[in-house]
Amino acid sequence: MDFLRPDTLAEALAHKAGRPDAVPIAGGTDVMVELNFDHRRPAALLDLTRIAELRTWDEDDGAVRIGAAVPYARIIEELGGRLPGLAMASRTVGSPQIRNRGTVGGNLGAASPAGDTHPVLLAAGASVEAASTRGTRLIPATDFYLGVKRHALEPDELITAVHVPVTRAPQQFSKVGTRNAMVIAVCSFAVALHPAEHRVGAAVGSAAPTPRRASAAEEFLSAELTSTNQWESPEPLLDSVKRRFGDLVAEAASPIDDVRGSAAYRKHALSVLARRTLGWAWQDYAGKVA
Amino acid sequence: MRVNVTVNGEQRQADDVWEGESLLFLLRERLGLPGSKNACEQGECGSCTVYLDDVPVCACLVAAGQAEDREVRTVEGLARGDRLDPVQEAFVEAGAVQCGFCTPGLVVAAHDLLDRVPKPSDPEIREALAGNLCRCTGYEKILEAVRLAASRKEAGA
Repeated sequence: MDFLRPDTLAEALAHKAGRPDAVPIAGGTDVMVELNFDHRRPAALLDLTRIAELRTWDEDDGAVRIGAAVPYARIIEELGGRLPGLAMASRTVGSPQIRNRGTVGGNLGAASPAGDTHPVLLAAGASVEAASTRGTRLIPATDFYLGVKRHALEPDELITAVHVPVTRAPQQFSKVGTRNAMVIAVCSFAVALHPAEHRVGAAVGSAAPTPRRASAAEEFLSAELTSTNQWESPEPLLDSVKRRFGDLVAEAASPIDDVRGSAAYRKHALSVLARRTLGWAWQDYAGKVA
Repeated sequence: MRVNVTVNGEQRQADDVWEGESLLFLLRERLGLPGSKNACEQGECGSCTVYLDDVPVCACLVAAGQAEDREVRTVEGLARGDRLDPVQEAFVEAGAVQCGFCTPGLVVAAHDLLDRVPKPSDPEIREALAGNLCRCTGYEKILEAVRLAASRKEAGA
């Protein structure tokens, strides 16, 4: 096995172009587990932790560009005000030790259906920045997840950043697990209000082969809120609206039975999470508008 | 490959390091520092918690090669000579040790907490130690030890 240790992004991209089989490693919270258990023996590891430009974030044109190697702990500490949903999901990742190391870039690279940040990235309208020696492109999160642990990167590409729109509107994330720390989600859900566009984003995790948006639920709620003029003068949401939203979210999922939970439980739990998080987000919104 | 790393203030070097091995293996098996414990190898138990450039991490999830040119502080590096760190003293006095396997990881995690938050509330202690498992379930005494260490540090400060 080779251990590639680039100091710059240009070097890293050259390595990846020459060795598409090299596995990128940043926080190691997924890759090292696979190595420790001998589930994977890549030809090369490509260490991204020495590349300064991957460890920074900046805000530009209404979005925060978060370098792929920025750990969750820093997102929580530094970006909670700008990216409430992502910070919320980041707080639920692993344990303090894991949040000190794990990164959104790694969450995307692993593309596990249970990854904690995916539903928020989908609901918030984030994009994944991928780079290679051929150039850089932005992949909308909606187009990024292709299957269980499969994503839209080409073999010579590296995830360099994720772009997340800054918002002052409420976002919520919730996940179900057996305890508070170090839990792989049984299912998870994120909702993001986009008042300027009169639109709601909603997405489920750990409940289908990929994280996915709950499009019918988004459309139903967006239309409901717009037709009743609620973006301008929010009223408490009708129970029937919250329930319908929850039902449509559950319908968006196609979960399986596994050790963490049954498909039926996941659907039920998602409808509850959707109803509850919408309630919190809407209450928050009404308070802000008033 | 060769790895150069500063461990507990001392420049160390290890040869013939396998590219896929963890910092934990490097510390225990190549550098003779068995204080950090090897248990789950997947970041679930916190027994291998060490400081990497002053940030507590699970050494089992750091590739040895990622520690090149960086600073590691293990549980062995907390005491000053024969004088235990206040957190270590508090663990001894509170009897926050049963089988002792999780203790080094918990000591490092608690040490970090008290560096950041001198007077932590109980929820803050629980959150800070959420990544460390004690299979003897001796958590009450561990909480007591952290409270004791906090009050000692405050009195000494």
